[in-house]
Amino acid sequence: MSKKDLGLLILILVVGAIVAIINPRFLLPINLANTSNLIGLFGILSIGQAFVIITGGIELSVGSVVALLGTLFIDFIAVRELDWPLAFVLIIALGAIIGLVHGWLITRLKLQPFVVTLCGLLIYRGVARFYTADGTAGFAFGQNFPELEFLTAGRSYGVPNSFIALIVIAIVMWVVLHRSVFGRYLYAIGKNEEAAKYSGIRTGRIVMAAYVICGVLTALSAIYFAMYTRSISPASHGQFYELYAIAAAVLGGFSLRGGEGSLIGVILGTVLLQELQNLVNLLGIPSSLNFAVMGGVILIGVLVDQQWSVFRARRLMVDAARKNVAGAPAE
Amino acid sequence: MNYSDTSIAATTPFLSLESVRKTYPGVVALDGFSMEVRPGEVIGLVGENGAGKSTLMKILGGVTTPDTGTITVDGTAHKGLSVEGSLGSGIAFVHQELNLFENLDVAANIFFGREPLRAGPLKLVDRSKLREMVAPLLKRVGANFSADAQVADLSLAQQQMVEIAKALSIKARLVILDEPTSSLPLAETDKLLDVIKALKADGISVIFISHRLHEVERVADRVVVLRDGMLAGTLGKRDINHDQMVKLMIGRMLKEREKASEAARAPGAVALAAKAVRTPTYPSRPVDLDVRRGEILGLAGLVGSGRTELARVFFGIDGSLGGTLELDGKTLVLGSAADAVAQGIFLVPEDRKLTGILLDLSIAQNISLPNLPAHARRSLVSASAETATAEKQKRNLGIKAPSVQTRTGTLSGGNQQKVVLGKWLAMNPKVMILDEPTRGIDIGAKAEIYGLMRALADAGVAVLMISSDMEEVIGVSDRIAVMHEGQISGILDKDQFSQENVLLLAVGKQPK
Repeated sequence: MSKKDLGLLILILVVGAIVAIINPRFLLPINLANTSNLIGLFGILSIGQAFVIITGGIELSVGSVVALLGTLFIDFIAVRELDWPLAFVLIIALGAIIGLVHGWLITRLKLQPFVVTLCGLLIYRGVARFYTADGTAGFAFGQNFPELEFLTAGRSYGVPNSFIALIVIAIVMWVVLHRSVFGRYLYAIGKNEEAAKYSGIRTGRIVMAAYVICGVLTALSAIYFAMYTRSISPASHGQFYELYAIAAAVLGGFSLRGGEGSLIGVILGTVLLQELQNLVNLLGIPSSLNFAVMGGVILIGVLVDQQWSVFRARRLMVDAARKNVAGAPAE
Repeated sequence: MNYSDTSIAATTPFLSLESVRKTYPGVVALDGFSMEVRPGEVIGLVGENGAGKSTLMKILGGVTTPDTGTITVDGTAHKGLSVEGSLGSGIAFVHQELNLFENLDVAANIFFGREPLRAGPLKLVDRSKLREMVAPLLKRVGANFSADAQVADLSLAQQQMVEIAKALSIKARLVILDEPTSSLPLAETDKLLDVIKALKADGISVIFISHRLHEVERVADRVVVLRDGMLAGTLGKRDINHDQMVKLMIGRMLKEREKASEAARAPGAVALAAKAVRTPTYPSRPVDLDVRRGEILGLAGLVGSGRTELARVFFGIDGSLGGTLELDGKTLVLGSAADAVAQGIFLVPEDRKLTGILLDLSIAQNISLPNLPAHARRSLVSASAETATAEKQKRNLGIKAPSVQTRTGTLSGGNQQKVVLGKWLAMNPKVMILDEPTRGIDIGAKAEIYGLMRALADAGVAVLMISSDMEEVIGVSDRIAVMHEGQISGILDKDQFSQENVLLLAVGKQPK
């Protein structure tokens, strides 16, 4: 755990303690379970986003993908009556294809990630609304999928299974990002794509793979979100979720220039965001101020981090200068 | 070697430099250099790479001040110029890399920051006035494009005309053209030379810096030759010719020092062969070149002659526009640098910090990067394998660093270059291409890098060394190929090595 991550963890605990003192309901099992469920859903989404951001890219379409794939998933199992494992696989495959197409447009046709995924944001939202004829996708009365519901919206020993899913995914993706050859390539490309290319790395394929990972994790979270809300109106479902994911990554120490950030960081970023949401509810702050609180905290966080690194760099320089002065007579 | 034959000799000089000296730590860049520029005079300034031309330009542009000496501009003596002072007294530069906003039109570029404004609180740009002001300037440079043309749509020569028009707009009295023709095709070069003549006719002085000696021959009234920071000589209009310039650029004294240092080696089999390969920069110039095993082939040539571009094709960064590449007699198709690396063709690039290493990664991470799967078990990176490889390279190459976990960004240039070498030496090179391998490296590290290249060649690797350092090319190579405007103009064997021969080939003439 880096110092940055540790700082974020302390911030989360301090904010949690303050909220708990003002409103003890924060610590009620039901509140903690609800919050950790949301952390699970948004965490899966944010990890996907993190893999794209580390390459210096951005994925703006995830909110619309959550709406489109969620709609399709409910449609597949509720209306077309596919077996849910089959629908599950289909949705994950669709997510991978979306990621592949984005990655291909960005690496082969050299389009800018912002532009490609912005178009995705518009296109998938439009397709989702058209697919349901601007209606709502939901289950008929009495339709039940016990295993699926247990896995997505259920709890084990009081812990939401979505949160457990996040922990499992986070561990796997931590190994991929911080220990694997692929992860090293991602960091190298994010730091300096030219130098990575001159070291014989097939940078195009690696970047494409990052978008595919993002697509798959987004598809997975789309299923979780669908089973959490159980009814989807594609006009609003998942709106701004890409911004939640980007915010979590930025809070977690990712640089939008690429090459910086850790998996623990993005998870902690997600936790802090959901804690803030919860804080707004519990402290009786008008819920219309929700976004303003989030934006303000992110801004302050980034500002403190930035000032802290400037301060540290300056201190290092002063230290080095002092050492030189002290060492000079000895030479 | 006098200029009594020119009519302008009698007038007072616009600019004169007297015993100007400029030193940088460890280097004397300019040493007691003097020259004069008279109104309406075109001076050709020539010299090898590193002779002190850029330092001279920096002094005239006011970017740096000389240690000693005086600069007299228009009758006023200065110890050094400032950027504003230089501009204010009418000295304008047209650099090799143009400083134009490609997304704006011609008129906007010429008067950028000095646009005529309309009256009123909004301070809108007065477009019609701007066009009126630009028209005569474009006419003077003989422009065949309009003031509304987007700069991005213009040819390179036309863009240079915009730069010159910009210089005229500040009422320049001396225009300094730094390698203006190095990237121009022939037809465009003629246009530019015409513009220089027009400037001269208007009484504006020109300093024309170029490696292309035949162009200098065509336009210069006088040629000033720089060598090792000193004035090597001045040639009057009648004395300007190719051989004289080359002679002065090299210096006679050096000739004796050039002799084959070792007996010629038995050449090995051809490892990398280029057959009519054409680079994107010089699409109409096919290149044939063989690099043999066990030899160091020096690739000499002037800046912009297409050497780096050729290396990029050999390393798979750029695609060849035609012809074939062969490795050990088998046709080679390179779609990317990864393909070249897989074949054992490695490149130590010219720009170390941008493409050679990742400054934020450690020595170990840089060295393992091209061969990471070999340092991994079940695609998880093994830190111990990585460290072991890096430690070995650190020891063999003598990389000076606290540990292999040190960030490469904190190392000196020489040690960074050793890291670049180390990452390739940790694999099995067949062909090693080094582009300016000792640029910006201190002398001790240079000698070590020469030793490494020789050891590689002795181990049967084909080594291709691109270098602009004449002594390095002659001292290190077994054969020298020389490029001129995108083509191999000749290949010298050891008994033909001399600075004069390399330079003659580099400017497109036959060696002696």
